[in-house]
Amino acid sequence: MSTAAGLPANVSETLLHEIPRFDVERIRADFPILQEKIRGHQLVYLDNAATSQKPKLVIDAIVRYYEHDNANIHRGVHYLSERATEEYERARKTVQSFLGASRSSEIIFVRNATEAINLVAQTYGRTHVGPGDDVLITAMEHHSNIVPWQLLCEEKHAKLRVAPINDHGELILDEFERLLSPRTRIVAVGHVSNALGSLNPVATIAEIAHARNIPVLVDGAQAAPRLPINVQEIDCDFYAFSGHKAYGPTGIGVLYGKASLLEAMPPYQGGGDMISSVTFEKTIYNKVPHKFEAGTPDMSGAVGLRAAIEYLNHIGMKNIASYEHELLTYATETVSNLPGVRLVGTAREKAGVLSFVMEDIHPHDIGTILDQEGIAIRTGHHCAQPVMERFGVDATARASFALYNTKDEIDLLVRGIQKVREVFG
Amino acid sequence: MADLRDLYQEVILEHSKAPRNYRELKGADHRAEGFNPLCGDRLTVYVQMQGDLIRDITFQGSGCAISRASASMMTQSLKGKTTDQARTLFEDFRQTVTGQTTGNGNPVDLGKLAVFSGVSQFPTRVKCATLAWHTLQAALEGKQESVSTE
Repeated sequence: MSTAAGLPANVSETLLHEIPRFDVERIRADFPILQEKIRGHQLVYLDNAATSQKPKLVIDAIVRYYEHDNANIHRGVHYLSERATEEYERARKTVQSFLGASRSSEIIFVRNATEAINLVAQTYGRTHVGPGDDVLITAMEHHSNIVPWQLLCEEKHAKLRVAPINDHGELILDEFERLLSPRTRIVAVGHVSNALGSLNPVATIAEIAHARNIPVLVDGAQAAPRLPINVQEIDCDFYAFSGHKAYGPTGIGVLYGKASLLEAMPPYQGGGDMISSVTFEKTIYNKVPHKFEAGTPDMSGAVGLRAAIEYLNHIGMKNIASYEHELLTYATETVSNLPGVRLVGTAREKAGVLSFVMEDIHPHDIGTILDQEGIAIRTGHHCAQPVMERFGVDATARASFALYNTKDEIDLLVRGIQKVREVFG
Repeated sequence: MADLRDLYQEVILEHSKAPRNYRELKGADHRAEGFNPLCGDRLTVYVQMQGDLIRDITFQGSGCAISRASASMMTQSLKGKTTDQARTLFEDFRQTVTGQTTGNGNPVDLGKLAVFSGVSQFPTRVKCATLAWHTLQAALEGKQESVSTE
């Protein structure tokens, strides 16, 4: 069995093959949903920052897991349990190399990036942040990288500080540095902004923070599917991402943490698998990463994520990043040339996201009219209400790109926006 | 298949561009804020009562074409009505935009508000159409907290 991109169902065995030239038509054929007709039109899926579509091989990997390998992990002596455990731990190793982590025990499986951030806030945060301390984030964060810190700060009577962004949607590094104080206990920053597309200089941020011995969490939800990532090069202390935005299934996400930090952190949730022994008097916790994975995890999710990462590796993250950059450049030119359209988020370094507003037309109306053409975009505040406030808008329309999008689809988007203008006269 | 023209009827577009009774009402004795967190629509409805009659009603805020037009036409159709009439009209309006018929199976007579019947083909836009009405209801009930469609 093989997919159109020439990938046999068992990708790992073909990874040594030469990476083919980026052929978007072959890639498109790997994604069954792209054949869907929406309201009589070919689907144009431009809501990838919300969730990406899945290649057949990810779907197949999940089916295969349930048809052949399923059993509970880390506990059975029987053959299937051993096989399921092996599959699950193989997925951990795949993620380790995808992120460039030095060991697989630094990879914790969670539900999504949101849970990863909450885990750090509730464990590292609760043990290190106290009254009068600071947590520093940026003004472009997704709610998932704001609210967990707010909850922590509220509980600990600490202060949430917010580094400002400029009118292009770029972090103002000088201001960021100025806001670091002797009371700053952790920095949490998005790698790529979901609402603006801005790409943050996370390695520089880590360097600045580390010079003051402050650890850095990077929210990589939008970066993981778009850019090559190496957590050791960034030198961040924590890195979070969601499987479903990176062509994997929903329900599985990843927290990377430096081993020394993870080992010192208390557990997040209690339950099975996170212990090495339990009595009513005292429980001894399991080693990392298992200490942070209470209960039966999303095993099929991990298997699906592994397939997604192997697919991305096969195409090459550098190729993906450069193709998406080409798409974004083309979309930026064509959309910003339309009369009455204004881009929100014009950072020099951007990835994958084009947010815009139209004069006198609300994004919600743009979304409905494009939907009639089979074009799926996101409209609203993108779970980043402070960003909307910073740019003086209630909402934006957002087209976000993936490796299977084409310039033809961007042309359809442009024609759709022209139609919006026609409807409104 | 849903037709865009059923949703964006001329009357609706016209009201969204030039909403009526779009101002703060100085002598208001009831007011409430409505918010649709899904799309960021936000509006305030002001009401001045005279006994049981809605003497004046205005609104302000930002939102999509459907929510603005709905608020605009709501204020027009409710001026001079009793709170009971307003409640009945809201129920009829709600049934129309959600594509239901009245208990006796007859389509309701909404007068000018019937232009919103096209909304029923666009389930994601029902909340846009009803936001102003929910907000009015909160204003009349004297609720202090803002209402949310979620």
